[in-house]
Order: sequence, then structure tokens, then C-alpha cells
Amino acid sequence: MGFINVRKKEVQIKVVFYGPGRGGKTTNLEYINEKFKERIKTEMVSIKTHGDRTLFFDFLPVDIGKIHGFDIKIQLYTVPGQVKYNATRKLVLKGVDGIVFVADMQKERRESNLKALEQMRENLLSHNKDMLKIPLVMQYNKCDLKDEGVELLSFEEMEQDLNQELKAPTFEASALTGYNVVTTLKKIISGTMIAFRKELQ
Amino acid sequence: MYGVSEEQLEKIDVVLTDELLSLGVHCVIVIDTAGNTISQLDRGQCACDVASFAALAAGNFAAVDAMAKLVGEEEFSLHFHRGESESIHFSKVNDDLLLITIFGNDVSLGFLRLKTAEVIEKIKEIWG
Ligand SMILES: Nc1nc2c(ncn2[C@@H]2O[C@H](COP(=O)(O)OP(=O)(O)OP(=O)(O)O)[C@@H](O)[C@H]2O)c(=O)[nH]1
Ligand SMILES: [Mg+2]
Repeated sequence: MGFINVRKKEVQIKVVFYGPGRGGKTTNLEYINEKFKERIKTEMVSIKTHGDRTLFFDFLPVDIGKIHGFDIKIQLYTVPGQVKYNATRKLVLKGVDGIVFVADMQKERRESNLKALEQMRENLLSHNKDMLKIPLVMQYNKCDLKDEGVELLSFEEMEQDLNQELKAPTFEASALTGYNVVTTLKKIISGTMIAFRKELQ
Repeated sequence: MYGVSEEQLEKIDVVLTDELLSLGVHCVIVIDTAGNTISQLDRGQCACDVASFAALAAGNFAAVDAMAKLVGEEEFSLHFHRGESESIHFSKVNDDLLLITIFGNDVSLGFLRLKTAEVIEKIKEIWG
């Protein structure tokens, strides 16, 4: 849950990048870190295995300036996507304010996307949160692979699989090239900010 | 999203200053279990990046807590890491909050534990 510090006039908001293993969650944060270097005062924290898979989480704090006189500090996290790390995913979701679901457009990853989304719903429920109510943005990642001749699912197929019920804002993206990474970030920030404004009133 | 009153935050800072900073600890941080920083005080000796520290501390605490459950313990009440010149002491205040102190060799762990136990009671009362 985001924390509003009335004394320091500061709001801390937790946004989690969730999705199947190797979907590109960490790559999203790495791109953001590179792109906003001058606004990010600290090093990105990554707890990972030797093979560069996320073991616990990545963490990147981004200051986005003031809203209603409050300093807004967005804390970006990723979860580890590998199937065996679900206990850890649950821990990272604690107190989440907004989610970016990073799905993999490769045809062979279809099943993993579906499983990850279903498990996310359960994990959120264990924190008494409803997946349909929390600010959420869908990102269909690796769209750059289209040009490489890799078999991808179409946008419509992705929507059909993952976004029928959620009806979340959606972007095709490439975390590797940066295409739509910032757009995704802006969308989830504005989504969580709307919730914040409501609470201020 | 949630917040507490300015008065509550002020009171917490007073307790931390009077009871812990006065002992000579280098840095005191109160975080919530989601990794937000509620309060952070130091004596100009804490160069660490507090936001990252809070995220890691919350993750670490949650992981140890989950391990406790796996071996059939309700919780491990004390987490302590000793370094060559800096040590870290973690304790749980309530279901929402954790108290972390960073201190040097000049502070005795026994006395610190005693003090943190008192501070925890006070913060609980303030937090409500
Ligand atoms: N072509 C292409 N490759 C990508 C893209 N995003 C990520 N990758 C690659 O996919 C692999 C996995 O990316 P990560 O960002 O580590 O994936 P992750 O979701 O963090 O994986 P876990 O930490 O295991 O959950 C890496 O080799 C990336 O370079 C993309 O948009 N296009
Ligand atoms: Mg990763």
C-alpha cells in the first residue's frame, strides 16, 4: 500500500512488474534506469542468480515531481518469473499499488502467460486484493521479434487470452529497444495517481 | 494507500531520537512491511540509500518470516547482522511495521535490545 507522509509531504507508491519467466520485466526496469538516469539518484538493486534470472526482485525508485504539493516517489519492483519462485512473488506483491503485467508475445509462451496471470490473481487474493480493481496495465512484450521471423501471437490473440475480463490499457512493446516502455510506465503511474487523488479528496 | 497524522510521525521521531539516537546508534529506520519508509533518522553518519535499504530490509524480513513458518515457528523475533564496523538489528513492531537500527562497535547489543523493546512498545501505542 502506498504511504502518504504528511510531514515530509511525500507519497511512496509501489508498482510491481509481474509476468512469466524471461518475459522482459527486468529489461523494462533496466531501460527505465538508463533513460531516466538524471532523475534516479541511486543504483538499481537487483537480486539475481548467476544466470541473470531474478531471484528475489529488482528495485528502482523514480521521483516524478510534485502533485498537489506532494513529492511523488514511485518504487518500481519486479518479481522473479520462474515457476518455482511463487512464494517470493507473493512477498513482493505485498502492499502493491499498481501492476504492469509483462506478457511474452512469442507463440510458445502462450501457456506461461496464462498461468502467470491466473497465479497473480490468486496471489493478490492472498493479500485481500482483487485483480480486477487494482490499477493495471498490460504490456505485450518482444514485439520486435516480428521482424526476426519468430512466431508471435497477434495483438488480438493476446487480448483474447489475457485481457477479456480485465479490460486494462494495453501496449505492444519491446523492452529491449525501449519501444513503448515509457508509455507503459506513464500509464501505470497515471492509473495509480488517479487512485491517490481520490484518496486526497 | 494510507497515511498517519503529522502528530504521530512527530511523536515517533521524538521517541527514536530520545531512546535510540541518544544511545549512539548511527541510524534508525522505521519501515512498513511493503518496504515504504515511515521515518528515518541519523546523526549524519548514515550514507546508505534509504529507499533501497527499506526495500531490501522488508524483503529480507518477509523471507525470514516465511522460513520461520516453514519450520513451524510463529516468527523469529530477532534478526541481527554483525559487521566489522557496522551492525544491523531488525525487529518487528507490529504486523505493519519494522524497526531497524544500524550501529557501531561502541554500542552493546544487550543494551540496544533492551532499548528497542521499550521503543517498540511506545511506537505501538502511537501507531494505534
Ligand atoms: N527480442 C527481445 N528480447 C527481449 C525483450 N525483453 C527482454 N528480452 C530478452 O529476454 C530475456 C529475459 O529478459 P528479462 O528481462 O531478464 O526477463 P524477466 O521477466 O526479468 O525474467 P525473470 O527474472 O526470470 O522473471 C533476456 O535475454 C532479454 O534480453 C524484448 O522486448 N525483445
Ligand atoms: Mg527478472
